[in-house]
Amino acid sequence: MIDFSEKPILELRNVHKSFGDKHVLRGIDLTVAPGQSLVIIGGSGTGKSVTIKSALGLMTPEQGEILFDGQPITDPKRLDAMRRRTGMLFQGGALFDSLTVWENVAFALLYRDGVSRAEAKRRAIETLAKVRLPASAADLRPAELSGGMQKRVALARAIIATPELIFFDEPTTGLDPITADAVNNLIVEQVKALGAAAVSITHDMASVRKIADEVAMLHEGRIIWRGPVSALDDSGNAYIDQFVNGRAEGPIQPAI
Amino acid sequence: MTTSPTQTSPIEDSALVRPFRLIGRSVLAGFREIGRIATFSGRVLLACVTPVIYLREVLRQCLKIGFFSLPVVGLTAVFIGAALALNIYTGGARFNAEQFVPNIVVVGITRELGPVLAALMLAGRVSAGIAAEIGAMRVTEQIDALLTLSAKPERYLYAPRVIAGILTLPLLVLVADIIGVLGGYLVAVGALDFNGSLYLRNTWNFVTGNDIWSGLIKAAFFGGIISLMGCYQGDRSKGGAGGVGRAATLAVVGAAVLVLASNYVLTSIFVRLGL
Repeated sequence: MIDFSEKPILELRNVHKSFGDKHVLRGIDLTVAPGQSLVIIGGSGTGKSVTIKSALGLMTPEQGEILFDGQPITDPKRLDAMRRRTGMLFQGGALFDSLTVWENVAFALLYRDGVSRAEAKRRAIETLAKVRLPASAADLRPAELSGGMQKRVALARAIIATPELIFFDEPTTGLDPITADAVNNLIVEQVKALGAAAVSITHDMASVRKIADEVAMLHEGRIIWRGPVSALDDSGNAYIDQFVNGRAEGPIQPAI
Repeated sequence: MTTSPTQTSPIEDSALVRPFRLIGRSVLAGFREIGRIATFSGRVLLACVTPVIYLREVLRQCLKIGFFSLPVVGLTAVFIGAALALNIYTGGARFNAEQFVPNIVVVGITRELGPVLAALMLAGRVSAGIAAEIGAMRVTEQIDALLTLSAKPERYLYAPRVIAGILTLPLLVLVADIIGVLGGYLVAVGALDFNGSLYLRNTWNFVTGNDIWSGLIKAAFFGGIISLMGCYQGDRSKGGAGGVGRAATLAVVGAAVLVLASNYVLTSIFVRLGL
């Protein structure tokens, strides 16, 4: 077992975020240890995406603090330094459709680190191989790929610069169960290989069981439960039970 | 700062106050929008003149904005030149000034119609295209992805488009000037019994460097405005396909109005400077 008691790589303290009069995050407290894989579960519209977008500085919370590696993310310089050490896999892949697959994968190398195109392409193909994509896919456009392949390209883009922390926004949404399982396996394998910490949000329980060390449940803008993935089935928490077993009846009102 | 509409007001909400409140609200919204456009433009223009500039992107956009707009700009110019020649001929005939057709056509095209009409065509073609592209990137989280990869959208996406707009519209207008004069020439020689070589000689002797330069300077401004409006509306778009469509519409309308308004301002400055 990895010891998760050391200094957290990511910490959210009492984070609040509203949109108009919709109070989405109502005081999120969260810590992620280096090398730890935390999965945040919760119903639609409970603020899972807002949580990781706030952590990445894509949204600015009205209240609360976000610390990366012990440093509060307050100014653009620190934000930039943090982003250089993190990766993000977006829900829809968010691949740049005007660029080829390899240019997408090597984007950070090309446009941020100033690596030459030949070297960047070599490393992109190397990283594509890690996610089981052939070199022949490198010159295709994202639109020519299937959904599962796009997710894998997006994963390659997230890991190419060897991040210490990777965010996954619903990595298996929209994939068939077999492809979803393959993507889950790749995530576990690559995160382990990097020794990186991971924060994922999902409502796919199969995905949770596969990739999580710990699970946190988000409900009405707060973390209401957190524990190891092994404790999911006998948490004694009515909210967790309802969510894990996918029942419409229980303390959580279905979002319809 | 946003104020919620449910906020209670110290003044009673009577029928007398309501119209003023409505006017006040839309005036404030207007100023807010002007402020947003100004800060956005400032940020992007700063990115246009400070490193890093992504040359590959600039070239790609020059091709897209400039080269592929040649057919539409050329077609516009030839018909405008032709119609202008006919109008000046009939108008000039009222005081026996038909022979000035080549002179007025070339000044009208180079100073005014070339830049303005090319800009309006590009407001439709380019502004809408940019707004839709950037808007789609916004709603599919590609802009967020850029940020997480430490690439600033104003550097990677917006500055190359604005630079390309500023560089290519003057070139397009130069082409439009030539094709516009050609359109006038075709009508004058084909339908109005002008002597071809005399027409061209009159055109060439009459037109001055200032006529052409003032049009090209205008074009550079218009090119910047068109790209900026496309980027601005695309950047602000939200809410799926509908939001992207709205962004494209707003970009075209905004770009067209700003082109025409700035055309007047620039023309009056040129007149004052004797250009």
